[in-house]
Amino acid sequence: MSVPLTLLGLIEREPSHGYDLKRDYDTFFGRGRPLPFGQVYSTLGRLARDGKVVISDVEAGDGPDRKRYVITDLGATEVDAWLTEPVEPEPHLQTVLFSKVMLSLMLQRPAREYLDTQRAAHMRRMRELHQIKKGDDLIEALLADHALFHLEADLRWIELTVARLDHLAQLVRR
Amino acid sequence: MRGQAIVEARDVVLSFGETPALRGATFAADRGEIVAVMGPSGSGKTTLLHCLAGILAPTAGEIHFAGGRIDNRSEHDRSSLRREHFGFVFQFGQLVPELTVEENVALPLLLGGARRAAALAEARGWLERLGLSGAHARRSGELSGGQAQRVALARGMINRPQVLFADEPTGSLDSLTGEHVMDLLVAAAREHGTTVVLVTHEPRVAVYADREVIVRDGLVHALAADRSGS
Repeated sequence: MSVPLTLLGLIEREPSHGYDLKRDYDTFFGRGRPLPFGQVYSTLGRLARDGKVVISDVEAGDGPDRKRYVITDLGATEVDAWLTEPVEPEPHLQTVLFSKVMLSLMLQRPAREYLDTQRAAHMRRMRELHQIKKGDDLIEALLADHALFHLEADLRWIELTVARLDHLAQLVRR
Repeated sequence: MRGQAIVEARDVVLSFGETPALRGATFAADRGEIVAVMGPSGSGKTTLLHCLAGILAPTAGEIHFAGGRIDNRSEHDRSSLRREHFGFVFQFGQLVPELTVEENVALPLLLGGARRAAALAEARGWLERLGLSGAHARRSGELSGGQAQRVALARGMINRPQVLFADEPTGSLDSLTGEHVMDLLVAAAREHGTTVVLVTHEPRVAVYADREVIVRDGLVHALAADRSGS
């Protein structure tokens, strides 16, 4: 997952305490799913163990939050590589949607009704995301846009599949 | 519960030669409602829009506007109806290249017999509202795609139509420009209580509507109940 690399990137931006990292992660990347403190410190521990960050200084006082983490050349190289590499293009819903359609046809269930129901659910979610975009939060709007484009791609696939259902049904019914 | 329909198609059939475009299409939009008409290319959605707007007369079935049947009225009557009560925005603006931007916008009023000065003043008001006040004297060929669609929207709304028919109004625009045009279109329609029949194949445009229907093979389908919703 990208949490270690995101934290590493935040440390490259500025040497930081665990508390700062959690705050920045939650603000810019968490979007309603705050990163638990435990995960922050366990991740920082692994990054330090692997030589991607070092502890620059430890302020007086108790608790792990007193450590300031600085990125190493190894860590910076990893961040650079990650930011340069494209993400694996992953049609993440494909397996579920496709399986449901194929099985519906094989079992002579109403595949088109399923696809229309799915379509309605997608449109409902798109309307919710559209409402989010009307707010003033640019980051929320961009994330909503990302989701909207993905859902739109699903809907295009759904519509194409509806148009091909008869043909597909002939193929799977033996 | 549905309200009172302002525009309605009842079992409309229309063929182009041997090819059936609509095969019993039934559709209604209420006053002030924005309805997206979706569907693949060639499904009949634009034909449905043209029937609702009185541009095409169906082979069978009925078209009603504001409680009265219009499909059996003369072309002259339907033309008057369109000019007085309907507005149109198409995919490619379809502005008149010989006219200035403000003349294009004022056209529905001028065709309706309005005084030129008054019509142009009204046009400038709409252009200002849509962020085009500096473009009033330009020719349509000098406009970007987004500007042209805003001019088309101003022209579509200038006679404060009861129904605005929009056929792929963002189809030629990039996403951001398309959103801007849709924001303006919806805001203008809401302010004037205008019903919008919005033909689009893009779900991201359809979400601006209050609801959507799908045209497939010449028939209109409402969406299946969304069982995942509360």
